[in-house]
Amino acid sequence: MTSGTGLLDVRGLKTYFPVVGGVLRKTLGHVKAVNDVSFSMGKGEVVSVVGESGCGKSTLGFSILGLTLPTEGSLKLAGHELDIRSPASWKPHRKDFQIIFQDPYTSLNPRHTVFEILAEPMRVHGMCSSRELPAAVAAMLEKVGLSPDYMHRFPHAFSGGQRQRIGIARAIGLRPKLLVCDEVVAALDVSVQAQIIQLLLDLKSELGLSLLFISHDLSLVRSISDRVMVMYLGKIVEAAKTEDLFANPRHPYTAALMESIPTLDRARRPKLLGGEIPSPVDLPPGCAFAGRCPRVQDRCRREVPALFRAGASEAACFYPIDLPPIP
Amino acid sequence: MYITGMDHSSRPLLEVEDLSIGFAGDQGIVAITDKVSFKIDPGEAFGLVGESGCGKSVTCLALLKVLPNPGGKVLSGRILFKGRDILSMTPEELRKVRGREIGMIFQEPGAALDPLMSIRRQLLEPFRNHGYEGDPMERIRFLLDRVGIADPERVLASFPHQLSGGMLQRVMITMALSLNPSLLIADEPTTALDVTVQAQIMELLADLRRDLKVSVLMITHNLNLVAQYADRVAVMYAGRIAEEGPVEAFLRRPLHPYSQGLLAALPRLDEPRGPMRPIPGHVPRPVDYLPGCRFRDRCPHAFEPCVRKPALFSAGPGHAAACFLYENGGVK
Repeated sequence: MTSGTGLLDVRGLKTYFPVVGGVLRKTLGHVKAVNDVSFSMGKGEVVSVVGESGCGKSTLGFSILGLTLPTEGSLKLAGHELDIRSPASWKPHRKDFQIIFQDPYTSLNPRHTVFEILAEPMRVHGMCSSRELPAAVAAMLEKVGLSPDYMHRFPHAFSGGQRQRIGIARAIGLRPKLLVCDEVVAALDVSVQAQIIQLLLDLKSELGLSLLFISHDLSLVRSISDRVMVMYLGKIVEAAKTEDLFANPRHPYTAALMESIPTLDRARRPKLLGGEIPSPVDLPPGCAFAGRCPRVQDRCRREVPALFRAGASEAACFYPIDLPPIP
Repeated sequence: MYITGMDHSSRPLLEVEDLSIGFAGDQGIVAITDKVSFKIDPGEAFGLVGESGCGKSVTCLALLKVLPNPGGKVLSGRILFKGRDILSMTPEELRKVRGREIGMIFQEPGAALDPLMSIRRQLLEPFRNHGYEGDPMERIRFLLDRVGIADPERVLASFPHQLSGGMLQRVMITMALSLNPSLLIADEPTTALDVTVQAQIMELLADLRRDLKVSVLMITHNLNLVAQYADRVAVMYAGRIAEEGPVEAFLRRPLHPYSQGLLAALPRLDEPRGPMRPIPGHVPRPVDYLPGCRFRDRCPHAFEPCVRKPALFSAGPGHAAACFLYENGGVK
């Protein structure tokens, strides 16, 4: 994909999960959670991956960090090629690439105090001596808008929004270059969501972070990203600068996603996209979206479309919206 | 107290009057809601909106008298359904109302259905429990067709784990509507579903409401859904109704500073990137509720009167807010 390079370079990434069944535990097939994804990111960029559940967006984030080992492909972090078969190859880069999880209730150890939660990664990565730890933890808490007085409390004493701030403090304590944000506000209330997003954007400017933002919420994605990638069944179906994508969606799935979302505008009724996402185990030949696509042609059921240039976007579609068909 | 400028000739289907609900805590009973009042007319879609902990879900549990027991308790108030008080009904009278006259669908259809029972058996249950004159399967097939299930025989033979979330919600809707209720309570009906499926289910509910003439009480945190699918809305904050009114008027001119903050904090699909506008602070826990207006510590307009509890002040036809800014009809 276009644009920024240098920080993260993903080529042909595939992450497959075997489907095992029967008495002999034979491999019956594979869930192609991430199926040939390529993109790059530069310093200070906010890139969003958007899609419905099961599209592979979270697996993509996990694969980049080595939390789930990819099956195939090449991955470059800050210019270093990784051996995707070995979890150890991520280790030297671990502190540059951090993640914030969706659920602030399960992603903090309930038996550790906030101090222990924040100090552990700093200690592991030798960020500071144990004498300096309390001051470093206090500074992190202040950075995310929490009082250092809370340092010796346990996670249960905090609200969802406050816990998510602790999760952010844990990640930025290592001064990472890239933060993967996996549905970080999906579990939070609307008024708190905006606080957390604002905090992430402030930290991004202050610390020169890049954000890979994984979300199902198109409205949120529009309000924060520089670039957007839309995923469907393991593949990127469209990628573009945010304003280009929202002004002129080229892939029928992108357009359908946008049209199906209810908004405050009562004059605009959501338009329905029929059907549901098919099982990622037995993918039909051709374009994975063909079964639900309002613009489907014969060719779409035979050939798999690559990412073609489509106006200001790249779209995996032979018949992009408002453009001549791909020959 | 219910303030309305509208004149309805027919009696409301549901009238909730000064409903206060408490839960047993360490230091005795803690009031979760404080004198919540609203009413729903026949055929109306009513949205009850608020963030987690505001009391919207316990209010709806109380409507069917299914508050957690022990623990939850109605402290005061009345719930009139077709003029009869649900809270003073005998268990036998209640049983006739639940399922038959008031249907309910839940946030997680997968958790609300019995995993060990086929869909056919579960769909037949309400008919068995309440008695039914016609052929239940005929009614079930009619409804399955209405909720957009194309292959009813496969679905009927399935168990819940074999169906997707969207299909399960369609099954739940079928079950809730089986005995032709006059009120459908939908508690976050699409929160667990994907966006494209969410739109399918909401459009389906809108169609069914029109065709089957059922009123809908929609409990949600999603203002976008309320904007599209409700006629009237009540916003709850910290156990109280903060604002109530027709959805059109509410969107055009939200009255309560909390409603204004919620609408401003919402990321917009139809607007380019701009600064986030969060509401400062966080939703208080019931033990931390302030005396007077409970929003005043987060409110940009807080002034002297806010230390007292605001009444619902009317500021337009059927439109009212519990805020002293509107004490004299909105003229300061």
